[in-house]
Amino acid sequence: MRKPDIFKVPIGPQHPALKEPESFSVSLSGEKILGVDIRIGYNHRGIEKACEERTYVQDVYLIERICGICSHTHATCFVQAVEEIAGLEVPKRGLYLRTLIAELERIHSHLLWLGVAGHEIGFDTLLMYTWRDREIVMDVLADLTGGRVNYGMNTIGGVRHNITPEQAQKVLTAMDKLEEQTKYYIELALGEATLAARLSGVGVLSHEDCVKLGAVGPTARASNVDRDTRRDDPYAAYGDVSFSVITDDHNDVFGRTVVRVKELMESYSIIRQLLKNLPEGPIAVKAPRKIPIGEAVSRYEAPRGEDVHYVKANGTEKPERVKVRAPTLANVQAVKKMLENRYLADLPIIIAAIDPCFSCTDRMINIREVASKNSRIMEWETLRQKGIEHYRKQGIDFSKVKITQSF
Amino acid sequence: MQPGKILNVVLRSLFKKPVTSRYPAEKLDMGDKYRGKLKFYQELCIGCKLCMRDCPSNAITIKKIGEKQFSAELDLGKCIYCGQCVDTCPKKALEATNNVELAQLDYSKERVVL
Repeated sequence: MRKPDIFKVPIGPQHPALKEPESFSVSLSGEKILGVDIRIGYNHRGIEKACEERTYVQDVYLIERICGICSHTHATCFVQAVEEIAGLEVPKRGLYLRTLIAELERIHSHLLWLGVAGHEIGFDTLLMYTWRDREIVMDVLADLTGGRVNYGMNTIGGVRHNITPEQAQKVLTAMDKLEEQTKYYIELALGEATLAARLSGVGVLSHEDCVKLGAVGPTARASNVDRDTRRDDPYAAYGDVSFSVITDDHNDVFGRTVVRVKELMESYSIIRQLLKNLPEGPIAVKAPRKIPIGEAVSRYEAPRGEDVHYVKANGTEKPERVKVRAPTLANVQAVKKMLENRYLADLPIIIAAIDPCFSCTDRMINIREVASKNSRIMEWETLRQKGIEHYRKQGIDFSKVKITQSF
Repeated sequence: MQPGKILNVVLRSLFKKPVTSRYPAEKLDMGDKYRGKLKFYQELCIGCKLCMRDCPSNAITIKKIGEKQFSAELDLGKCIYCGQCVDTCPKKALEATNNVELAQLDYSKERVVL
């Protein structure tokens, strides 16, 4: 039985504080949060299944659109797996350019997060400043790749766009400017009394809980978990550059801010090293259309944490199975722990502090029969029929729509 | 850090030009690499239709219109401007221009013959 002084507040799926549809059912006693039920799956787009219907070349662009912020992350993670199955040796210059875009992406993602975090705690000046500076790196990305969000940089076997010495100079100039700004943000984050007072002790996730719940990325590193795929399992050109993994023992949102801001400085240093030692030569090798039978798991340190892709090839032009584990899925369990015994007013910043990307996280919905409590998995065709039935009841007839299979 | 140190930046910003540009009065510099509307060189096309096969969104259609003559049709609404067709084309019959002002109110105008 429910105690009379406990009540539940549904936050989401549509809520002004959350930018993406996700449901948090919060049990409250007064203003204190007793427990949270997190339900994901409102924005499930079926990308993994759609990948099986398309060729590898088409999949690179589809996978890139999993996330609007870490588009390069998913594309790289996918092509790395396919390259491993096909046994392709990517030229050194291609790997360096891939890493360069990856770090530029990390910079824009962390600056974006800093702005969002500022906004969530009512520090909108910080939002305006960081997003203004973020434009610098966005312009650099557009100049290098031809796209601000979906760069289209990766292809199976290498990268698609080369970089000229003039462009490299432009990147370095932009880095100098951003470094100067970031130094100011570090001073601000570590010294500004109001910021520290608002963020300290909020969303505490102890080192033990963090390890137990398997949090990744800056969320884990702020709980003093020394884990970074770039160093632990070097991919692309990370084996050739030196950088330090930032950890912090604050265990709270303040720690996560410190980790992210300091990681920006590491990214600038990595980019300078990459451009200084950029090898000459080709940027890509020709990839076969048919990928031989095999399977591979690829790991990648996204701005939000470790991203894992699994690809199974069956010797045709299309993959048999693609599986994506976005970093937010690993972090979302930790949110429940962070919210316990906190006040409701802290909820937006605690959720924002893991830098969530719910659309990347959304999983397949398991259908459970209410009567028998059995769960079943629907076939592609049955699911389509169910959809047609559902809309027919609302007076819309989709049965005449043909599925074009021109792939 | 003293409280209110951020005030320095606020005061400096008062005398700065706005970061945003006055579009559409001021056109943005798109750069050469920016991928916009495609350009089709009819005389180079051999009709292999590899671009159709690689297009992630089925936006491009190559049709035979005569003896060794092909036309290209592009759906501007479907195209995701990734430029894969340009990379795929073995004869370099396709080229990405930096024309990005393609917004249309009329859907029927989205299908264009290149």
